[in-house]
Amino acid sequence: MIEQIVYALPFLLGGFQTTLIVSVLVVVISLVGGVLLGVALIYGPLAVRLLIRVFSDTIRGIPILVLLFFVYYGLPAAGMPLDAFTSAVVALTLFKIAQVIEYVRGAVQSVPKGQDEAAKAIGLTFTGRLREVIFPQAFRRFLPPWINGVADAVKGSALVSLLGVIDLMYAINQVIGRTYDAMPLYVLGAFIYISINYALSATSRHVERRFSYIRE
Amino acid sequence: MINKEMGATVSGPPLLSISQLIKDFGETRVLRGIDLEVARGEVVTVIGPSGSGKTTLLRCVNFLESYEGGSIQIDGREVGFLDLATRKRRGERDLAAMRAETGMVFQSFNLFPHLSAGKNVMLGLRKVRGKSTEEARRIAAHWLDRVGLGHKFDSLPSELSGGQQQRVGIARAVAMEPKILLLDEITSSLDPELVGEVLAVVTSLAEEGMTMLMVTHEIAFARDASQRIVFMDEGVIAASGPPRELLAQSAENPRLDSFLSRFRASHF
Repeated sequence: MIEQIVYALPFLLGGFQTTLIVSVLVVVISLVGGVLLGVALIYGPLAVRLLIRVFSDTIRGIPILVLLFFVYYGLPAAGMPLDAFTSAVVALTLFKIAQVIEYVRGAVQSVPKGQDEAAKAIGLTFTGRLREVIFPQAFRRFLPPWINGVADAVKGSALVSLLGVIDLMYAINQVIGRTYDAMPLYVLGAFIYISINYALSATSRHVERRFSYIRE
Repeated sequence: MINKEMGATVSGPPLLSISQLIKDFGETRVLRGIDLEVARGEVVTVIGPSGSGKTTLLRCVNFLESYEGGSIQIDGREVGFLDLATRKRRGERDLAAMRAETGMVFQSFNLFPHLSAGKNVMLGLRKVRGKSTEEARRIAAHWLDRVGLGHKFDSLPSELSGGQQQRVGIARAVAMEPKILLLDEITSSLDPELVGEVLAVVTSLAEEGMTMLMVTHEIAFARDASQRIVFMDEGVIAASGPPRELLAQSAENPRLDSFLSRFRASHF
């Protein structure tokens, strides 16, 4: 088994890189987009709030696989052809944005109302209150679910192989196609995904401990 | 406790001027035409049964609550609205600047739990008053010292007792040099043995001429520390006057009498 794994590793390198690139793109874009939309969902005018609520509920109500195919096959029909890689990133990012919106909403709303009032009372503006008072406290509650979400994004990125994007999963299947020996490769694949996610959850625990001093 | 005759002199046009203030919570009218003026250096206490609207009144003064009718002016400037006729609100920055002119101390302290006592006081000085870190630190240290907590500069709120937290809350408010200090039942969530240390701080601020509008259930404290007591009942000011005069009025005012009788039974 070790022999097959050692044989396969060089072939997986490119796929591994693609998996990482897809994951990083999805995580970074969804973080920025999700935080902005999440804040708008809480503080925005009614029309904006409704729009974001509909977006989030719709996206989260669709299986991620359906969303992926919808973007890849559906958008070209609507005159917006995207290549496989872009479609994959767009679909996964949309899905992740909807999740981040909910994490942000939950985290910000967990900060007691009196905190915002105290921040108002000393004369802080809206952005000042978010930056100095609300976000630092919401961050601690945002972090654990978000890091879980990052791990989900890494695992979920394997779906892009269904669009023909050569990520880690696709590369594994390519090697199996040549060697007809599936088990060692799937074990290797599982090991690689677990390593990434273990590193993430260890980071999460570390950061959570760092911020655990914040109590009400 | 201070003698009110020895307190700061009260003179000039009113610092705070509330007229015909009306506030609704949905269908319920909680403030039904409040008229109240507070002079520079004056200490005014609002008493009344729960649900009488006294905390809401205080929260309208720094526009934590908006209001449906009437006017609130501090130093001649309307607090929340640019134009009373159209009820056009001040913009965010403008409103924040207005709020910086009033200080507020809350019943539940509302210290920022992620910041040390010192940084709680420094935040407004740096981000609102634009002071340098060194100067903000110096001012914060001065005020923490004043409330007897100079040695707790680096302590987190979770490491402080309720009384200590509330004294930090007072330091945070007065360090901004507000024109008026709003105190909202600041001893109501404290253990009885911690009430004294907080009231002592308020008394010393009153002696220095800080203008204050406060809501409290500490009737004896209100009597000793304020120039005027306002009794609110069901959204209106039902009686007001200098402490001893007001407390003496209770014979003619059954609502005031029934409110005060609860305190007589336990405290007098």
